Amino acid sequence: MFLSPLAWTVLAVVQFIVAYLFLTRVDLFLQVQGRLAAMDSAPGLTDIIVAPALGNSAVVLLLVAPLLTMRLVSEERRSRTLSLLLSAPVSMTEIILGKYLGMLAFFGVMLLLITAMTLSLLAGGTLDFGMLATGLLGLGLLMASFAALGLFISTLTEQPTVAAVGTFGVLLLLWVLDWAGQGSMGETGAVFAYLSLLRHFQPLLQGVVDSRDLIYFVLFIATFLALGIRRLDAERLQG
Amino acid sequence: MDSEVLIGVEHLSRYYGDTRAVNGIGFELRRGEVLGFLGPNGAGKTTTMQVISGNLAPTSGRVSVGGVDLLDKPKVAKAMLGYLPEQPPLYRELTVDEYLQSCARLNRIAPPLRRAAVAKAKSRCGLESVGPRLIGNLSKGFRQRVGLAQAVIHGPAVVILDEPTVGLDPIQIREIRHLIRELGQQHAVILSTHILPEVQTVCDRVLIIHRGEIALDAPIGEVAAGDVHSLRVAFASPPPGAALEALPGVVGVETLAGGALRVRHAGGPQTALAIGREAVAGGWDLLELTPERPSLEQVFIDLVYKDRANAT
Repeated sequence: MFLSPLAWTVLAVVQFIVAYLFLTRVDLFLQVQGRLAAMDSAPGLTDIIVAPALGNSAVVLLLVAPLLTMRLVSEERRSRTLSLLLSAPVSMTEIILGKYLGMLAFFGVMLLLITAMTLSLLAGGTLDFGMLATGLLGLGLLMASFAALGLFISTLTEQPTVAAVGTFGVLLLLWVLDWAGQGSMGETGAVFAYLSLLRHFQPLLQGVVDSRDLIYFVLFIATFLALGIRRLDAERLQG
Repeated sequence: MDSEVLIGVEHLSRYYGDTRAVNGIGFELRRGEVLGFLGPNGAGKTTTMQVISGNLAPTSGRVSVGGVDLLDKPKVAKAMLGYLPEQPPLYRELTVDEYLQSCARLNRIAPPLRRAAVAKAKSRCGLESVGPRLIGNLSKGFRQRVGLAQAVIHGPAVVILDEPTVGLDPIQIREIRHLIRELGQQHAVILSTHILPEVQTVCDRVLIIHRGEIALDAPIGEVAAGDVHSLRVAFASPPPGAALEALPGVVGVETLAGGALRVRHAGGPQTALAIGREAVAGGWDLLELTPERPSLEQVFIDLVYKDRANAT
């Protein structure tokens, strides 16, 4: 992965954009600093800078994740290297999990860079580490979910581009489902809203760890990994 | 032969939707055998090989590798397999060394042994000089050899090669054939190809499949040595045709290009002996006396063509 220029480009671009968003938040904080000092129980650095910065980086990742995951399986299929994996003494589950862990490691590097950026605030103030931790946990889970979905969609097709567009579409849909829920659709609206990734990511940014949100992410990941394994198996069976 | 059976295929069938690619194939392969797998395009060769290599699941039937069922214990069975598909599965952005290292890992060779395994595979396939080069920059012949190195890196009991000599120059073909022979001594090899002389030089056994069914399964010796029913003879001072036709066992005589004659006979050595005797006695000055064996090509065409004629 790190042999390809794509990985470095993506890292650099993500870092640049997140840094810019981060800086605008810092700027905002500096503007309102005077007023905050006058308030009782004023929101701190973490509320104003870190949480929105992490929220914004989630959107950036939403755009970038499909590009990273698109080639996982489809490229192997296209260059006919999949048979190397299939005739090796490894099971389908191992192939999918291996690909997934590789992807997670890459997202891990990205998360580390983002963390380093937020920690730079320590130079001029203090942070609410609890809230920072839940925010990072949320972002990490979100990345893991993106990776699982992207991996599954990549097993469906031979064209990396198709995989990228598909992954992006589904991710975006899952993201904006929440907006639909805010309409006046009542029961159904609530169901859609509940499916939204955003809905489960927001509380973590606010420092609220709800086990239901965590379970949602874990189920999301497990479902798509299982689907990916099934899909590869089905291909072997039906050709 | 009583050496162990390394591949057992029983009643193997494979459908793609409604299309039947392979229908009830069964054969065995023992250690030390090189099996030539022949068939016209679309006969089901590649499908069969993909099934044996675990890339495709059979619709029905059983495949065992080294006595282990491929469907029950795929990991154990696949560890004994090396497969080179029609298009070698290479990562173009890796160097040869990196690629072979990762193949060694993929085949679960213990870390301390990996280096040695890579070195051995490289020397076997003549890749020593290209280790640090990118696979994407290699010529087709070298890529083919990298693919072959990948298939033999873990010392598998069974090596499956799908058209390994396509696109190689004559010297490389010779080298690869030599390598296949060498592999055949310790392993069992299945080799698919369209080049019939290749089968004759390399293989111990021939298996011809046609329309998804086995049309012929015989040791190469038997195919090539089939019944000899004709002799090619040439004389410096040829006798009249009637003199030859009068010899024992002769069925017919025809004149070939270049003045040679083809003598068809009923079989057995008597005709050849008689021609020799008469040539000396009659002063015909014998130049050439060769038994004409049916070539593999002839057998192949006969089988496939006969079937086509029956089908229509």
